[in-house]
Amino acid sequence: MTVSIRRPSGARARRPAWEEPPTPVGQGLKAVLLTLLVLGVLFPLWVVLVTSLSSRQTIADAGGLVVVPKGIDTSAYQTILAGGAVTRALWISTLVTVCGTLVALTVTVLAAYGLSRPGSLGHRWLLAYFLIPFLVYPPLVPRYLVVTGLGLKDTIWALVLPPAISVFNLVVVRGFFQGIPQELLDSARIDGASDFRTLGRIVLPLSRAVIAVVGLFYAVSYWNVWFDALLFIDRNDMYPIQRVLQSYLLAGQAPHTAGGTTGVSMPPTEAIKMAVVVLTVAPIVAVYPFVQRHFIKGVLIGAVKG
Amino acid sequence: MSGPAVVVGPERTRPDAPARVPRRRRVPLAGRLRRDWQLLAMVAPGFGILLVFSYLPIAGNVIAFQDYNPYLGDNPWAAFTHSNWIGFGQFQLLFDDPAFWDAFRNTLAITAFQLVFFFPLPILLAVMLHNLLSSRLRGFVQTVVYLPHFFSWVLVISFFVAMLGGAGLLAQTMREAGMQPWNVMTNPDTFIVLVTAEAVWKDVGWGTIVFLAALSTIDQNLYEAAAADGAGRWRRLWHITLPGLRPVIVLLLILRLGDALSVGFEQFLLQRDAVGRQAAEVLDTFVYHFSIATGNYGYGAAAGLFKAVVGLVLILAANRVAHLLGERGIYSKS
Repeated sequence: MTVSIRRPSGARARRPAWEEPPTPVGQGLKAVLLTLLVLGVLFPLWVVLVTSLSSRQTIADAGGLVVVPKGIDTSAYQTILAGGAVTRALWISTLVTVCGTLVALTVTVLAAYGLSRPGSLGHRWLLAYFLIPFLVYPPLVPRYLVVTGLGLKDTIWALVLPPAISVFNLVVVRGFFQGIPQELLDSARIDGASDFRTLGRIVLPLSRAVIAVVGLFYAVSYWNVWFDALLFIDRNDMYPIQRVLQSYLLAGQAPHTAGGTTGVSMPPTEAIKMAVVVLTVAPIVAVYPFVQRHFIKGVLIGAVKG
Repeated sequence: MSGPAVVVGPERTRPDAPARVPRRRRVPLAGRLRRDWQLLAMVAPGFGILLVFSYLPIAGNVIAFQDYNPYLGDNPWAAFTHSNWIGFGQFQLLFDDPAFWDAFRNTLAITAFQLVFFFPLPILLAVMLHNLLSSRLRGFVQTVVYLPHFFSWVLVISFFVAMLGGAGLLAQTMREAGMQPWNVMTNPDTFIVLVTAEAVWKDVGWGTIVFLAALSTIDQNLYEAAAADGAGRWRRLWHITLPGLRPVIVLLLILRLGDALSVGFEQFLLQRDAVGRQAAEVLDTFVYHFSIATGNYGYGAAAGLFKAVVGLVLILAANRVAHLLGERGIYSKS
């Protein structure tokens, strides 16, 4: 199935002749709903960004969070990026994200191609083997024991390896590979190309959209890793950014937070807290728009194909 | 509630059905091995990772039937071989534990609440977006509402704390207006509404993707014919749009029911201490707190196994019901 776009693109598409024109009330209601929806997402981002860029004085005048900016003060960023818990956590998270995405994409693409040829040796059994974990989640306690038993505790591999293949992403990539015309692959085979060569020279160049989407999914999940870090990372200096964010923002919520605190001595001021939020969001917001346009194309073709 | 997982839907367990190639039985095993060894080599890394990090833990569930003591050996494996087998003892303890039943009740209450107040929202939003004439506006709204799906729970809750917490914008505004400020983030009575609101904020946009795809497959001629027969916009919505979405809705309902006992782990673990165990303990956090946090592994494994088995039974039952109602469900007997 190709997701057909119902109406021609461009701002001024025509309403079909049989459809009745909208009532003013309906139109107004729709406008209000959409505005609320968009503001509901963007307003918190705005407040957090503005507060992180405000001076102490502005924040004190506003009584906490700032909605209307008065000048730009980057001192909060200078403080936390000068070194210390946040800087270190950002490096750890970057390392985990880069390593994790590379490993996961490699493993997923290889497995997806290996499973994309019906009729190959053991195809049905292997497919079932790869799909079963989708229905049966690995249970928490034995998973914890396996990872610690392998000696991965307090290493980035505890965060990188266990999620290095997501069955969902595998199915998406495999579906995309199967949509590539069989004649193309056959002709490569006739020309004597091995499977590895076919994958590298023909299949991958045709699959940029789906690789971008699945890569984004992996990168985001590695960047967002929090619970695995709670389980497997005990050393403060190995904390990824989400753990640090949790201790900065949520630890103040209650006397003790899940898994103990990082031992932050003084409560960070509002601007610093918000700057940590901004730094945690920034990579996602920066990459997302470039990949977002592939979502429909990449995900749906692979998944809801018919 | 896992957003993207649902998109795979209809074809998940048999994605190769349309592209089946006649199997070549004539080729002997050695020949097939020689022909396909590269494919097998490609599958190997993924095979190994799933073996170690999925299948081994699933097999590790057997410690639920043990009095597992992590100090009996140098590593988990040695501890496992030295621990005593006690059969269903852990389960007996579990079922006698009021804290477990509290968590069980909380989980079901939250699932039921979200089924009513969250589940229909993506459908409504998708229908609304689908009817937008301007594709540029539609694209913009989609871009914005998909975004929070990519935020971690720590971030989502941070945003909610900044907006609605004790030092948040809402409390700040109320204080300035001379009112007694609310702190929604630590109120156990409204916790169920709060977590649903968070889930909606994070995933309502993302949830529309699969419905938008289904909507785009509905034949436009049906609408025209209905309009020619005098059906107004609401009748067309009721008789064409919703029936067109029904297979997807049923599919997602089944998946949701199969997940009835998992309501989102991180979200609750992160807020459990602020709100208190009474309202915020769900089965997943129960497993965590009574195993890894306290070292009582066998007990936690038993709770986890109970949850997994109930979930599997639920999903199979829901799927059976879907078949009886004439829907395709997640898988069908081929």
